[in-house]
Amino acid sequence: MADGPVAEVLLRQLEAADGGLDSAELAAKLGVDHQVVVGAVKSLQALGEVIEAELRSTKRWELTAEGEEIAQEGSHEARVFHSIPQEGLAQSELMRLPSGKVGFSKAMSNKWIRVDKSAADGPRVFRVVDTVDDEVQRRLQLVQGGQAEKLGEKERSELKKRKLLTEVTLKTYWVSKGNAFSTSISKQETELSPEMISSGSWRDRPFKPYNFLAHGVLPDGGHLHPLLKVRTQFRQIFLEMGFTEMPTDNFIESSFWNFDALFQPQQHPARDQHDTFFLRDPAEALQLPMDYVHRVKRTHSHGGYGSQGYKYTWKLEEARKNLLRTHTTSASARALYRLAQKKPFAPAKYFSIDRVFRNETLDATHLAEFHQIEGVVADHGLTLGHLMGVLREFFTKLGITQLRFKPAYNPYTEPSMEVFSYHQGLKKWVEVGNSGLFRPEMLLPMGLPENVSVIAWGLSLERPTMIKYGINNIRELVGHKVNLQMVYDSPLCRLDAEPGPPRTQGAA
Amino acid sequence: MPTVSVKRDLLFQALGRNYTDEEFDELCFEFGLELDEITSEKEIISKEQGNEKAEGASDVVLYKIDVPANRYDLLCLEGLVRGLKVFKERIKPPVYKRVMPNGEIQKLIITEETAKIRPFAVAAVLRNIKFTKDRYDSFIELQEKLHQNICRKRALVAIGTHDLDTLSGPFTYTAKRPSDIKFKPLNKTKEYTACELMNIYKTDNHLKHYLHIIENKPLYPVIYDSNGVILSMPPIINGNHSKITVNTKNVFIECTGTDFTKAKIVLDVIVTMFSEYCENQFTVEAAEVVFPNGKSYTFPELAYRKEIVRADLINKKVGIRETPENIAKLLTRMYLKSEVIGDGNQIEIEIPPTRADVIHACDIVEDAAIAYGYNNIQMMLPKTYTIANQFPLNKLTELLRHDMAAAGFTEALTFALCSQEDIADKLGLDISATKAVHISNPKTAEFQVARTTLLPGLLKTIAANRKMPLPLKLFEISDIVVKDSSRDVGARNYRHLCAVYYNKNPGFEIIHGLLDRIMQLLNVPPGEKKGGYVIKASEGPAFFPGRCAEIFARGQSIGKLGVLHPDVITKFELTMPCSSLEINIEPFL
Repeated sequence: MADGPVAEVLLRQLEAADGGLDSAELAAKLGVDHQVVVGAVKSLQALGEVIEAELRSTKRWELTAEGEEIAQEGSHEARVFHSIPQEGLAQSELMRLPSGKVGFSKAMSNKWIRVDKSAADGPRVFRVVDTVDDEVQRRLQLVQGGQAEKLGEKERSELKKRKLLTEVTLKTYWVSKGNAFSTSISKQETELSPEMISSGSWRDRPFKPYNFLAHGVLPDGGHLHPLLKVRTQFRQIFLEMGFTEMPTDNFIESSFWNFDALFQPQQHPARDQHDTFFLRDPAEALQLPMDYVHRVKRTHSHGGYGSQGYKYTWKLEEARKNLLRTHTTSASARALYRLAQKKPFAPAKYFSIDRVFRNETLDATHLAEFHQIEGVVADHGLTLGHLMGVLREFFTKLGITQLRFKPAYNPYTEPSMEVFSYHQGLKKWVEVGNSGLFRPEMLLPMGLPENVSVIAWGLSLERPTMIKYGINNIRELVGHKVNLQMVYDSPLCRLDAEPGPPRTQGAA
Repeated sequence: MPTVSVKRDLLFQALGRNYTDEEFDELCFEFGLELDEITSEKEIISKEQGNEKAEGASDVVLYKIDVPANRYDLLCLEGLVRGLKVFKERIKPPVYKRVMPNGEIQKLIITEETAKIRPFAVAAVLRNIKFTKDRYDSFIELQEKLHQNICRKRALVAIGTHDLDTLSGPFTYTAKRPSDIKFKPLNKTKEYTACELMNIYKTDNHLKHYLHIIENKPLYPVIYDSNGVILSMPPIINGNHSKITVNTKNVFIECTGTDFTKAKIVLDVIVTMFSEYCENQFTVEAAEVVFPNGKSYTFPELAYRKEIVRADLINKKVGIRETPENIAKLLTRMYLKSEVIGDGNQIEIEIPPTRADVIHACDIVEDAAIAYGYNNIQMMLPKTYTIANQFPLNKLTELLRHDMAAAGFTEALTFALCSQEDIADKLGLDISATKAVHISNPKTAEFQVARTTLLPGLLKTIAANRKMPLPLKLFEISDIVVKDSSRDVGARNYRHLCAVYYNKNPGFEIIHGLLDRIMQLLNVPPGEKKGGYVIKASEGPAFFPGRCAEIFARGQSIGKLGVLHPDVITKFELTMPCSSLEINIEPFL
């Protein structure tokens, strides 16, 4: 803990020190192990800005165990020299001394001693000089006293070679006063408590700093589904533009409303079993508005309202066939038919966003059901220019400003235009919607006035959502195989804001 | 949208100039086409069957061009080139003429036996035509494109083209018992009866798709020449005898079908496209068709129709202000030869036999807009002033889903279609008790019925997310579908709210608490008093006995809540206890 005695001493020393102090020096001064001082430095660091500590690594010379011994007892050669009396010593005896072997040869090369091989009882060793200067011991004592720098490079390496010295790397701290330096330290509080607030003790207490790099604990709330968050935004856009929401809560539709009313001929490929889910039960619609049905039948088979018609035998059985609606345009047809029954005609703006169904081959971007977004404006004298103007405003609200229009073919709109926008990421024009003016053969049999035009456009909800949230596989988004982590992590839907990087984490 | 594949160099040669890919793409965009892909035969084979198979295949550059589904006149190189050249005012639209032959007219006599199977036939002759390999390929390819599109895979119309010099008219179009039809079909070396052929073609990847059109009929359509040679057995196969080749000079074309209008259009398209290669360019030799009632018609019709449209109507529909003269010019560029007549505001438009798609003035308006350039039209906002309204059911749904999330439940989005098993067997119910609507043509069991409850979708969502930390709290507010004979289509949606709690303990009190919260949000007080809500012990096959209650609000039953039956949990591949709630929210509108 930070309130250990060493820490306190350190702070007092630091107060007196000029600039700062070195942890190793302090350890030496206090006569404690360096690691004890390091511990004190670390615990003071944890208090915040009481001290500043800079890690330094220094190289230092230390005596080996043998070196220590020599510093104390003298070098082997000196010890050999001193053990020889005036009258000399038998070599064999000398060799038995602890320093004998090493000391003998060194003392010989120093010319401190000589050997008389002619002595009667074997070789005998004599002093040559009266006194010796034990340079090795002196040098080692210098190192021991922390004055290794007084030795020359050559001398140090010689001692190192003799394994008396060793070079060690020491990690020490250079400690200086921090912004909140104080010599009195106390135990830190982790959190503010009601007692501290009421007693006011928080004023005098230090608080343990927070680690702001750690993650917080996410709130426990529920989450809305990203696709439906996008749906909410699209609804909002239509409402901002004054469009009224059409009822679309009828997944089951008759072929009449889904196709015939839209002037889509009965042999049209979309009416094929391969593209559309038909119903076995209830297989047929029970009621159709027969007056209107007759007008539709006549327009398909014989034309009228300025049209040549398709000139084929239109069959009521075919129109009665129930199906899962293939587009929400069936709901638009119902809404326009209702509008046509109101006299006098009142202009209308409609929208819907709901599920549609296709008996298609499924892949990473196609499911058997998806959401269609549709906008419709009915008024006198609407032009293709009006359609483009409405589309520009609509897409601007989605954050899409670069638009261009391509002629296209839809069975129930004429003129028709596909809407393309420039995709910055893909660096090309991509289709973002389909649009057009509903054909007179669709509108006039409903009973709408002749000079009323109806402009309409549609797009899928899934595609912009997948782009928005960076999802490549539609199954991760729609249906029960959804990745709930993705739902938990999905950001707000702000269609006009710049898209950020995908944020889904974990849940691989 | 049909895709036409043309050789780039051949296309540019015919157009009389070269384009960069970008330039051609731009031209397509402007004209309403789409340059879908730039490829080669080699690349296609290598993509589909691997590099080895592609060895030696042609690497001539191919343009794959998407053509609008109603423009049958653009389904071949000849038509594309003609359309684009007229658009760019490089040529004037050619005039197609039907001419009578020098000798006797070719006759096709329809007998009454065809009435029940394929009653219509039309015919024409392309006289002194000069094919090359490319032209011949294009001729065959156009027939295939027409078969796939306007002919609805040969069901409405089937085309037969024959080397007239190998035949001798008059021809008879009749219907016979399959066993009585015997001939050598195209590219076979021996004769087969129609019965044998139908068997042989069952394994033919191309022809097997057409067999169903006549397969179970007692009589098959067949065309003979005066010597009893079989020209074709429509809509399946032609005879080998009259097969056309690159060297064929005179082509007899017959189209049989169930849709007279479309048969006439198909014939017009073929002859207008390929009369370009006849000695007398753009002329087609007439043929006479005698119907069973004795009436006789001459084909091809090659009818030019005149429409008169006021210039201000076009200006008003498009949102431009062009002079009638300019509009006439714009239309002429779209292959609709036009001139200003009458009071100077009327435009007379000639619709050629190639433009069967033009059936109303609105089609003419579109062409004027295309020629003007969609992207040159000035955008403006309609002055339509309206007050927006939300659909009340969706408004309530939006409000509720936000508070459901605020209550700690996460929103799921599950499929409206599912298997019978999901809504019946797995919930311990018999399918007949569900009032579910049934799909007649599902490709897989996933699309057998429309859901009658939201619960299976939520349980499947949990099953797919078992690795997520517990508890899992999910909800969905969406529509279910049931049969209802009071509705025009015999079925209706109900907006349901479903929630599940999945954890180590059933958590009934949590689901119950959620119900209390929902009722609080809907301002429905607890208690049996009028307008209040109450739950009463109940039972249901999906619930654990004694752990199920029915919810009554505003005097009616709106759903159930309870702890799910272990059998249900197991059938949805779950392992933990689970409680759920499902109500109809429509009474709270």
